Amino acid sequence: MSNVRLLPYADFLGVRIDGVVDGKGAPLLAMPFSEGLIGGPGRLHGGAIAGLLEIAAIAAIDATLEDEGQNARSIFKPINVTVDFMRPGLLVDSYARGEVIRIGNRIANVAVEAWQDDPERPIAAARMNLAISAPAANEG
Amino acid sequence: MSPPEPAPTGAFDPAAMLAQARRGHIVALGLRYVAHGEDWCEGALDYDRRLVSDPVSGILASGPIVSLMDTLAAMSVWIRRGVRGPQATLDLRVDYLRPAKPGATVFGRAECYRLTRRIAFVRGVAHDGDANDPVAHVAGTFMLTDQG
Repeated sequence: MSNVRLLPYADFLGVRIDGVVDGKGAPLLAMPFSEGLIGGPGRLHGGAIAGLLEIAAIAAIDATLEDEGQNARSIFKPINVTVDFMRPGLLVDSYARGEVIRIGNRIANVAVEAWQDDPERPIAAARMNLAISAPAANEG
Repeated sequence: MSPPEPAPTGAFDPAAMLAQARRGHIVALGLRYVAHGEDWCEGALDYDRRLVSDPVSGILASGPIVSLMDTLAAMSVWIRRGVRGPQATLDLRVDYLRPAKPGATVFGRAECYRLTRRIAFVRGVAHDGDANDPVAHVAGTFMLTDQG
């Protein structure tokens, strides 16, 4: 996971890498609670939760790339994301981790879950499809 | 154009809600009210380098577009309900048709096209200047969590 780099939007949300779960490749991401994440009264904004899920999805792909010079964001373009909200996001820290379901020649499919105090009680889950573009030429 | 008319439906006023917001995610993002009708709401998200996915390309991350559309979708439901009642996003699907142009404001329009006692169905489009050349399509549902 040494080549996992989070996007500027991750800094905006306060998302950071919190470690790796059980030696698996995909990093665990943390989004500490902050005022800028609040939606309705006493609730995180669903868009902030969705943002955490998307960042975790891309970080999971990043972690699969063997070449540390590669950067998932230059190769994988989001096609779509489907987010299911299972529980209200409370005004506490949130966590997320993606799992790469499949990377083919053209498409990558990632599943992500977000939780707060209990990983067994996710607050939201997402499936994200990303298109794989041809690697840019190195020369020049 | 005809002169501005008063809000076409009851108690919920999306312009006032956004204007009165002093903190939280929509303030952090800088979401702006644009317009609304009896079952729809339009808003805008100005370009902000803090929201990009890649500092080299300057392309906006997809997450802020989700926040924009989730907010507008929720407001379209409140507009149609006529009141800011308790509700929660059940699910949201976003198709990213193309990247938004770096530097461009992203506009969103969401519509609550069906409202039942417990569920509201929404759809929406985001574009960066030309509504006929959208950057994203959105479909989602909200659960109305009022008692009874």
